[in-house]
Amino acid sequence: MVLTRRIIPCLDLKDGRVVKGKHFEELRDAGDPVALAQRYNEQGADEVVFLDITASKEKRGIIIDLIRRAADELFLPLTVGGGIRNLEDIQQILRAGADKVSINTSAVNDPSLVHRSAGRFGTQCIVVAVDVKRNYTMKDGATPIGLKDGRTCWYEVVTYGGSRTTGIDAIEWVKRVEELGAGEILLTSMETDGTKDGYDLPVTRAVAEAVGIPVIASGGVGALEHFYEGFVEGKADACLAASVFHYGELTIGRVKEYLASRGIPVRL
Amino acid sequence: MVTRRVTIIDYGLGNLRSVTKGLEKAGAAVRVSSDPEEIVSADGIVIPGVGAFREGMEMLGDLRRSVTASAGSIPVLGICLGMQMLLTTSEEHGLHQGLNLIPGHVRRFERVRGMKIPHMGWNSLIVERDHPLLEGIGTGDYMYFVHSYHATTHAEYTLTWTEYADRFSSTIYHGDVFGVQYHPEKSGRTGLRLLKNFIDLL
Repeated sequence: MVLTRRIIPCLDLKDGRVVKGKHFEELRDAGDPVALAQRYNEQGADEVVFLDITASKEKRGIIIDLIRRAADELFLPLTVGGGIRNLEDIQQILRAGADKVSINTSAVNDPSLVHRSAGRFGTQCIVVAVDVKRNYTMKDGATPIGLKDGRTCWYEVVTYGGSRTTGIDAIEWVKRVEELGAGEILLTSMETDGTKDGYDLPVTRAVAEAVGIPVIASGGVGALEHFYEGFVEGKADACLAASVFHYGELTIGRVKEYLASRGIPVRL
Repeated sequence: MVTRRVTIIDYGLGNLRSVTKGLEKAGAAVRVSSDPEEIVSADGIVIPGVGAFREGMEMLGDLRRSVTASAGSIPVLGICLGMQMLLTTSEEHGLHQGLNLIPGHVRRFERVRGMKIPHMGWNSLIVERDHPLLEGIGTGDYMYFVHSYHATTHAEYTLTWTEYADRFSSTIYHGDVFGVQYHPEKSGRTGLRLLKNFIDLL
């Protein structure tokens, strides 16, 4: 009887349709979000994430109707992110039926948004999404992280879908947002995202050990064992994936059966 | 069968849409309201809510009286923060009085090494005693939790326990007043069953 590890399908959305980018570009269409979310629900998804990936870049509005439609049919926890800039955006999304909002670029631009939104809506519904890239030029204040190939780097927070570097150390940043009231971290490494080579385990583990709030690993899943590694080596509380599920390469049920067979507690 | 009328108390907090849909799916006619008249005239009352205890009690304001006046004659279901407010006190950011409809207290999880707070995700129920609210639901069934504080109350007010480091009361009751720490409206089929069971009690 323990808290189970979560498997979370992520639906990257553009113009109300599901897309998935390789390194957030080369977008391919993969269907209707609500139909897809319903399919994941039936497969045993533990939560669903909607990320409006183009929102920051193109200053697009938020897809409230879609959230309503999904919330009416799902009865599963729903997280919505992308282009959230203020308390009004968050209020609107939560009222439409989402349980959590994921803040990324706006949190970097104005960290007080994390504090203010957690104070108003509760820590449990504020997810801070952190996108990171390796930086091999060490500097003062940067947390060194050893890689499998023997090299050492630090991880830099990037924003606007990975297009801008910030100079912020990822480990310092996740500690700070935890203090500000974040309830969960959604960590995506730009190094592995879209590669299908597995999660970026060194940074996932470093983040999971740095904070006392749950961490969702994201970016790079291509095979069953990648989920196992995310939980065991990455110490993640939840594993997120998109394309392996969208294109039917793996089902959530298959992933959970595999994890259960290897001793990871999952909800079957 | 007569359609049961349930009033979900709208006090400005929480995602009311999912709980509304969940209760409708269970066959109830649902009103979302902050009108005391619509609370006391319902067949059942649901207090939803996420967020902080003190703010929740403040937002509830005068509706507190409508709830306490109805409890005893109309079944009440508190969900998450709504459940916590049914208890006697909470130690979230200071000591605060609750509605005291179920004897007990709200405490923060003790931080144990490696244990994440909030307790977030799917955890299972351990049934303490059978009750019509739990019809078709048993030990080992999963519900979705997201909270940093939990109920501490006696076994006599506990319908189910859940383990997170230690065990805590995850479904509580006192007469026709019920509280669930988890979110039935987010717990798929098992959660919808619990909502239906509540409707069947009305």
